[in-house]
Amino acid sequence: MTLVAVLVVAAALIGVGVWGVLSQQSFVMVMMGFELALNGVMLAAAGAWRFAAGGEPKGQVLVIVALFVMAIEAAIGFALVVAVYRRRQADTTEGIATMER
Amino acid sequence: MTGWPVDVAFWVLAVGAVWFGWRVFRTDSMVRATFALLVSFLDVGAIMVLLLAEYLGVALFFMMAVEMTVMAIFMVAYMMNPAGLNPMQMVHQPRVAVVAGVLAAAGLAAVAWFADLPSVALVAPQDTIRELGLEVMGESMILMQTAGITLLATMIGAVALTAAHGRFGEATSGSRPPRLDPDAEPVEQEMARPDPHAHHGGHG
Repeated sequence: MTLVAVLVVAAALIGVGVWGVLSQQSFVMVMMGFELALNGVMLAAAGAWRFAAGGEPKGQVLVIVALFVMAIEAAIGFALVVAVYRRRQADTTEGIATMER
Repeated sequence: MTGWPVDVAFWVLAVGAVWFGWRVFRTDSMVRATFALLVSFLDVGAIMVLLLAEYLGVALFFMMAVEMTVMAIFMVAYMMNPAGLNPMQMVHQPRVAVVAGVLAAAGLAAVAWFADLPSVALVAPQDTIRELGLEVMGESMILMQTAGITLLATMIGAVALTAAHGRFGEATSGSRPPRLDPDAEPVEQEMARPDPHAHHGGHG
């Protein structure tokens, strides 16, 4: 287990997440792609903390910030899914072509 | 933690994390997709434990167990095929997406491979949790407080976005475009009721 190995795995997770975000139609599946990419970001940060920063505690705080980002993304994302469905009866990206009401 | 058992565990967990992440977008069942994502997160959490970031790993276990349960409920509520009994393909621009994903992964992996990354051993491997606690309750306190306020704003925003009725009636009834002149009467605008048949579709 080396820093390069951890970062390569993180890159693979981010790549799978990007593929999911760009290819999926359902809003919830798009969000899952974002979460997978953030998963890779957290792994990369943890690896850098462990192997390149000498265990400086601020590195772990960076991972906690990524956790916050993920929690906020999920909460606001689900709220937007509910709001868009209520107003437009749309649950896929193809269902909303404009930003108008 | 060092030695070959850690390396073997790391590679098993790493392959599991990526493979289950890939399965999220390849399975027909929405619930299975959600739990595949959960397994991917649990694998990464276990890798964090191997990296001696035990607090982060365990926090990831708990957070993702709850979040993916909520997500499974949303998946069943908003998708047509919760049990995966029918084959389902709900994708667009699949080729562009694959190319972008491969390019992103390859680019980041190339940076990791070719960059001259520093190598600094852990200073206090036994004390990572204690040091994190001192950091969070000390120098990084302002960051935690900001995060707390941000999460509060998130909760209020989520409720405001999802509420069907506000204090003054329906959530959409008060939305009128403002005039440039503040004293002028506001523009009355008929709220177009969404036609339930017009935009319904997309369940491939």
